[in-house]
Amino acid sequence: MRLALDIFTLVAVSAGGLLFMAGTAGLLRFPDTLTRLHALTKVDNLGLGLIVVGLLPQVDGPLAALKVVTVWLLGQFSGAIVSQLIARAARRAEHQQ
Amino acid sequence: MTSATLFGYCGAAMVGLGLFGLITNPHVLRKILAFNVLGAGVFLMFGVIARRGAAAGLGGDPVPQALVITGIVVAFSATALAVALLVRLHSETGQTTVSSEDPPSSSGQGVRS
Amino acid sequence: MNVALAFDLGLAALLVAIAGWTIAARANIGAIVLFMVDGLLLAIVWVRLSAVDVALTEAAIGGGVTSMLLLGAATRLKDTESNPEPAKLTLLLTAGALCALVSAGLAAVVFFLPDPAPTLAPVAMANLAETGLGNPVAGVLFAYRALDTLLEKVVLLLALVGVWSLARDEAWGGVPGLRVYARPNTILVFLAQLLPPIGIMVGIYMFWAGASQPGGAFQGGTVLAAMWLLVLLARLQQVPAISLPWVRLLLVIGPVLFVAIGFLGFLVADAFLAYPPGYAKPLIVIAEATLTLSIGVTLGLLVAGPPETRLQQ
Repeated sequence: MRLALDIFTLVAVSAGGLLFMAGTAGLLRFPDTLTRLHALTKVDNLGLGLIVVGLLPQVDGPLAALKVVTVWLLGQFSGAIVSQLIARAARRAEHQQ
Repeated sequence: MTSATLFGYCGAAMVGLGLFGLITNPHVLRKILAFNVLGAGVFLMFGVIARRGAAAGLGGDPVPQALVITGIVVAFSATALAVALLVRLHSETGQTTVSSEDPPSSSGQGVRS
Repeated sequence: MNVALAFDLGLAALLVAIAGWTIAARANIGAIVLFMVDGLLLAIVWVRLSAVDVALTEAAIGGGVTSMLLLGAATRLKDTESNPEPAKLTLLLTAGALCALVSAGLAAVVFFLPDPAPTLAPVAMANLAETGLGNPVAGVLFAYRALDTLLEKVVLLLALVGVWSLARDEAWGGVPGLRVYARPNTILVFLAQLLPPIGIMVGIYMFWAGASQPGGAFQGGTVLAAMWLLVLLARLQQVPAISLPWVRLLLVIGPVLFVAIGFLGFLVADAFLAYPPGYAKPLIVIAEATLTLSIGVTLGLLVAGPPETRLQQ
């Protein structure tokens, strides 16, 4: 049982890491601000979520699991808001040129 | 080489980089930034000394760690004062360097009463 | 070379590379964003060095409030970006050589550190039970070196007075010139309505848990300051004038109470800032609580800057 949980952790965290790499590739290769923001928010949601789900078997107690999930929710929330703000600023800078 | 000494070399490199930026960058905001990098390097070296002092069931010596916490807070307050000085310098004279050349002979753009 | 050392090697290389890029970047805002990234990576390094309290402080203050302060200054100075001329080549070469010498000297110090390393950990742990705390760093900050913490708080207040003194004469006692987000923007208002309750809870929890786990007054106070600044930036509250009584009361209540506890030590335990046996933990918690509040207000006002508009009477 312990072994199965450890393998699950490894697989989930590696998948999350792969998503982070894909997001970084998107950040470097996409042509403009809006598409790059899209790549980054994918990473925030799914990549961080996979890592959090993968770490859940390793924490001790439901309270620590709740804390880790709260970190994921806060990361998603702030990532979404900040992406909106950056996108509006980029759109405004585009219009001024 | 343990990870502690590795981060010690890292801290030494950051001190050198911060000092270089402090000396060569003419813009004062970049000097403040380099000063913060220099401070981060010094704190990292303190952290290495703390890590090497792991004993009595702890992961690190708590006394240097407390000193670093104090140092980070004091460095922030120094940065805040330096930034306020820079903004005031800019609003009075319109320039953001502290070069030793003469200031522009006119009253300078952006001087408000 | 095991996996942990390989990870540390990658982290250290990334840290030095980003620090170098911060120094060499051309745009101010780009350099500040790189510095913010460096601060967050440094927080991970602190966790690798088993200093979780320092990691929390570095992430909150080094990677958070400092970057916000610098970004505000950079946007104010945006029109002077291209003014300064780059330094001459001889200056660059001599400075580079001398800084490389300094780095090499420090690296030599790290190489020749004494082995076995001298440490105060056993002494710190031996007396920790008397203070009633479970976190040795909190013990050092509030029991063994409490005078340092008191003076650190006074330094914060002095820096704030210094920042205020840079106001123009007619604006003295007025409203700080924090550049709020002037556009009516529902997204930022949404964030500033939803995040501060969670943030305040996290800040108070960090201060409360700091007695027995990593955390403490400075980390919690910084989170409180960040939430206050978010509310001010979204214009859900007006930036308060610095001459308002409640502002000044909140600023001084932390250090004044700490000094009062210190003088109480003269009366009951015959030294300044000595705690009477059995009453150490309640006194420390009271001091930390008011200190957290004061630190939150002080850090927020340090970022807000000197007053720029006169207080409307």
